[in-house]
This record gives sequence, C-alpha cells and structure tokens, in this order.
Amino acid sequence: MLLINCPLCGPRAQAEFNFERPVETIIGVDVPTAELVERLYTRTNARGPSAELWRHARGCRAWLRIERHTVTHVIASVAVWEPQS
Amino acid sequence: MRGYSAWALLRGGLGGHRHWRPAWRSPEPRKQYDVIIIGGGGHGLATAYYLAKHHRVSVAVLERAWLGGGNTGRNTTIVRSNYRLPAYQALLEHSLKLWEGLSDELNYNVMFSQRGALFLGHSDSDMTRLAERGDALRCAGIDAELMTREAVAKLVPLLDMSDKARFPIAGGMIQRRGGTARHDAVAWGYARAADALGVDIIQQCEVTGFAISGGRVTGVETSRGAIEADRVGIVVAGNSGHVAGLAGLRLPVESQLLQAFVTEPVKPMIDTVIMSQSVHCYISQSDKGEIVLGGDPDQYPTYSQRGVPMRIEEVAGQAIGLVPALSKLRMLRSWAGTTDMTCDGGPIIDETPIANLHINGGWCYGGFKATCGSGWVFAEQLATGDVHPLARPFSLDRFATGAMQDEAAVGPMPNHR
Repeated sequence: MLLINCPLCGPRAQAEFNFERPVETIIGVDVPTAELVERLYTRTNARGPSAELWRHARGCRAWLRIERHTVTHVIASVAVWEPQS
Repeated sequence: MRGYSAWALLRGGLGGHRHWRPAWRSPEPRKQYDVIIIGGGGHGLATAYYLAKHHRVSVAVLERAWLGGGNTGRNTTIVRSNYRLPAYQALLEHSLKLWEGLSDELNYNVMFSQRGALFLGHSDSDMTRLAERGDALRCAGIDAELMTREAVAKLVPLLDMSDKARFPIAGGMIQRRGGTARHDAVAWGYARAADALGVDIIQQCEVTGFAISGGRVTGVETSRGAIEADRVGIVVAGNSGHVAGLAGLRLPVESQLLQAFVTEPVKPMIDTVIMSQSVHCYISQSDKGEIVLGGDPDQYPTYSQRGVPMRIEEVAGQAIGLVPALSKLRMLRSWAGTTDMTCDGGPIIDETPIANLHINGGWCYGGFKATCGSGWVFAEQLATGDVHPLARPFSLDRFATGAMQDEAAVGPMPNHR
C-alpha cells in the first residue's frame, strides 16, 4: 500500500485516496473531437514514471497531482492540484 | 507426441515411471517464421495451437519468462459465458463450447469442472436485473436459470440466509454449464499440443522492439536476436501498453492489479462458483480443497504485481458476510496479476495501425474464461489477416466511433469497473 504524503494532512495510507486519471487524459472544455477521443481514451500507460490526478477522498478531499513510478511505487512528488500545472 | 492415457500411465508405472519426456521442446529461435506470437500465456498458446491445427503456417511463441507465469496462473479459474451484451455472449459461448471438449482435444486433463456459476441477487432490483439477463441469455441460446431464495439455500447450504445477514439473499441465477478449470493445465495442455504440431515455443525470450518499414511490421527484436515474420501478434495482456509502446502505439488500456486469495485446504464445502450481482467477491473451492477468493481490481495503474492489503480485508469481509463459516479458515496466500483495464471493459482484438501487427489484449479481469475462443478467433486473424466475425465488435477504433462494448455501463474510465 502506498504511503502518500498529502501536502495538507501529512503522510496517510492509500486507503484514504482515490486514483482519478493520468494527467495526460485531462481535457479542456472546448477541445476538438479528435483530440478529445485521443486524450480521453488512450493512455501512455508507462511501465515507469507516471503523472496522475488523485483525490484525498477520505481525508481533506483535495485534488492532488502525484508523480509516481508504476513498477517500484516510489512517489517522486505530491502537490495540491492546480489546473494550470 | 506420446498420448497420455490410463493405459500409458499403467504401463509407465510398471517400468518405474521412467517413460516421462518433456511435454514440449525448447528449440533455438529460427531466423524467420510466418507468424510470431508474443506472449506464452493461455491466449497466446491457444492461438498458436489453433493456428498450427487449422492453417499451414510456421509459428513461434515468444515468452519473456515462463509459460503461464502471468495472468494465466494468477486468475481465479472461473469459466462462464453468461454476459449480457450480445458481442460477449457470442464470443464467450463459442469459447465455452471449446472448453467442453478441451481435455479430449488436447489429450491433456485441464480439469474443466462444470459445477455451475451462481450469481446471487440481494434485492428485488438485483433479481429484476438477473431475470432480464437470464432472458437475454436464453434468447441467445445460452443456459440460464433463475433460482428462488430456497433453491439457492439448498444449493449452497453454508450461505448466510438469516434475517441479520450482512448481504441478504433474495435469490440467484445460475449457469449450470459454467465452472472452473485448472489454469496451469490450460497453458501446459495448449503448449504440448501446439509443440506436437510443430510450433516453436521459445521461453526466456523477451521482445525488445519491432522491425517496422514502410508502415509494416517485418519482425521483432528480442533478447535472443532478431526474428523475421510475415505477421506478428501481441498477446501479452497486462503488459499490452508496454509492448505496443515498443511499436510507438498508445492503447485505451490502463494496467492495474487484480488480486486473488486462497485459504488452507479443507474438505468439500462449496461445490459451485459463487458470485454476486452487487458484491464484488467471488468464491469457489479448488480440487485441492482451498477456498479461492477474488474481488475488485486495485483501481490505480501499476505493473508491480503487488496488491494493496486493503483489498484483502475487503474481499475477506465480503466472503465471510456471504459464507460465515469461512471466518474459521486461515488465508494461505495472496497474489496479484497485472491486468489490461480498457476504457469500456472489453478486450481489443484487431490489427493495429501498423500493417501486419495484430493485438489481442485488454481482457480486463475476465480473460481466463475466454482463453479458447480468444485463441480460436485470433488464430484465424493471424492466418488470414482478417478479423474473425466474433471479434469484430472488439475493434481498436470503437472508442472513436462510439461503438463501445460496456458490459458494466460505467463509461470511459478503466478504474471505475
């Protein structure tokens, strides 16, 4: 189980968090259809570093950007999500 | 290939069992094959077998590690065809019919046991949905039987049928032709039969890249050298995203873990497969006597094959809620397999945008039951270049065209299945 260091709450167990989606699949409101399909439905799905949107759903409920390795589970960074980031 | 039989076993026993030979060869890879199959799991080996049996082509199966060491040996061994959507019904029923003759077909006992696949209903709305699915199945010629609460209690006496049950049981629906099979035997049986038909099965051979020229694949780079081929099939579910990535492709797939658990072995106590319309926990008893349990995926992307402990607690809690006697048992082992979770829950069986490079993956957490049918349709695809009619609904472009095969009806999120 991951130990996720929430910037607002401190280190908490993964059980408090929900994975939402890879950052690359977040789409703007007015993107063209082709880009929408590409970004909504396809994934790099790297065996390696991955940037993801998580939510501290059973904690402070903040949306978080987490950079994480999908094989070793090492977490490189956790930051409160800012849409422009 | 020497046939396995009771007579051969008896004769071998009289000779001190010195007659046993390796069940398949371990050849050096040749420079060129008509077809290369990447992935020596059940689906890849089934594909190789049906290719060799039905088509006159030279075939190699390349496996990074050992046969059946991925999801083929990590699933909960359940086989059934009682899905709701017609595309799944057609493919999985074709598969189930192949399961029914598989041990004879392969001369290898895959221990297919049609002990029934029971779905529990916990409310009036569960029962309505089960009845609706059962009607759809029977219209498609697939067996389904709605069961009253009393019939369910008689079939599985250890279920908690009390007023205070954590998951009250209103009834159920059973597919009597469903059941379980010995998953390792499926890989080994297909491997042995394919080898006997001339297929080269090459283990410890990792694909590290593709030879692509003019938009066509012409072979693969491997840890044991380059191999040319007219057609290449990727059958590496769990790692589809990674292997397709070696060819520069991105898929509608997220790799997540699915865990399974077994208890210590006990005398027979559950002689069917218990699933549920509302609780995501499935229970069966292996031939060794272990209670085999499974539940939801871990719901975040990882290739680690290490499951999260909170899922153990959840599945154990649900299982004990359904069958309180399980609380007396000790859990022996838990493990995880990396599954391809797709954006609609359905597999992907198609030619990729790179000509002659085909893919069969995206089986989410339901690939084992499809092993035979998946191999059957993919063999035809690799032999002819045309996707088999049963596989056409599972095309790569269905996400762009909107022709999703969303059995769970939960939308385009791999982690919400």
